Amino acid sequence: MSDQAANPLRDAIQEAIDENPVILFMKGTPEAPACGFSARTVAILQSLGARFAAVDILPDPRIRQELSALSDWPTIPQLFVDGELVGGCDIVSEMYQSGELAHTLGIDAPPQAEAPANGSDQAPLTIENRL
Amino acid sequence: MSATPDELKERIEAGIPGAVAEVTGDGHHFNAVVSATAFNGLTRIAQHRLVYDVFGAEVGDRIHALSIQTKTADTEETR
Repeated sequence: MSDQAANPLRDAIQEAIDENPVILFMKGTPEAPACGFSARTVAILQSLGARFAAVDILPDPRIRQELSALSDWPTIPQLFVDGELVGGCDIVSEMYQSGELAHTLGIDAPPQAEAPANGSDQAPLTIENRL
Repeated sequence: MSATPDELKERIEAGIPGAVAEVTGDGHHFNAVVSATAFNGLTRIAQHRLVYDVFGAEVGDRIHALSIQTKTADTEETR
């Protein structure tokens, strides 16, 4: 019962964060977000044409538990870039509006958009949810 | 017992040095705009963590959703 005990789920989450340069932990999927905050974050990433891996945390409550323990961040969604937590919906929205997000993602900033538009022709990269 | 914007405001201002908070909300979903001298020099992530830390496990539970905007006390951002 120690904190040092093997924790395969947490290891799998860490591995997903390490292996995917841009990864979003969200409620639902990019195609069918199950929460407004997750939906907004997906729409922002798609409007920038960002390729990102997505993990749905809903199928098992332990995913969220372990993710939050690992990231020290209580809410969902959580966006990681190059292994670092960038933030949730509030921070991602702020960074999108200021143009910082495109820079963080390594994408040339598109002409200032008022709001994330739907219909990016680039499909987001999704990874198999093996958590 | 449902949370109120006033309760959140008081707890943020009591919990973070130099904090001034404006909180709106419906008892479940809240929006907090917080400025604090304690935010100076911190990353946005660290600033938001300070606010979340005031409420611990209540975020996501009793406080269903908490949107946060932070400002350092010495900058006047126009939004």
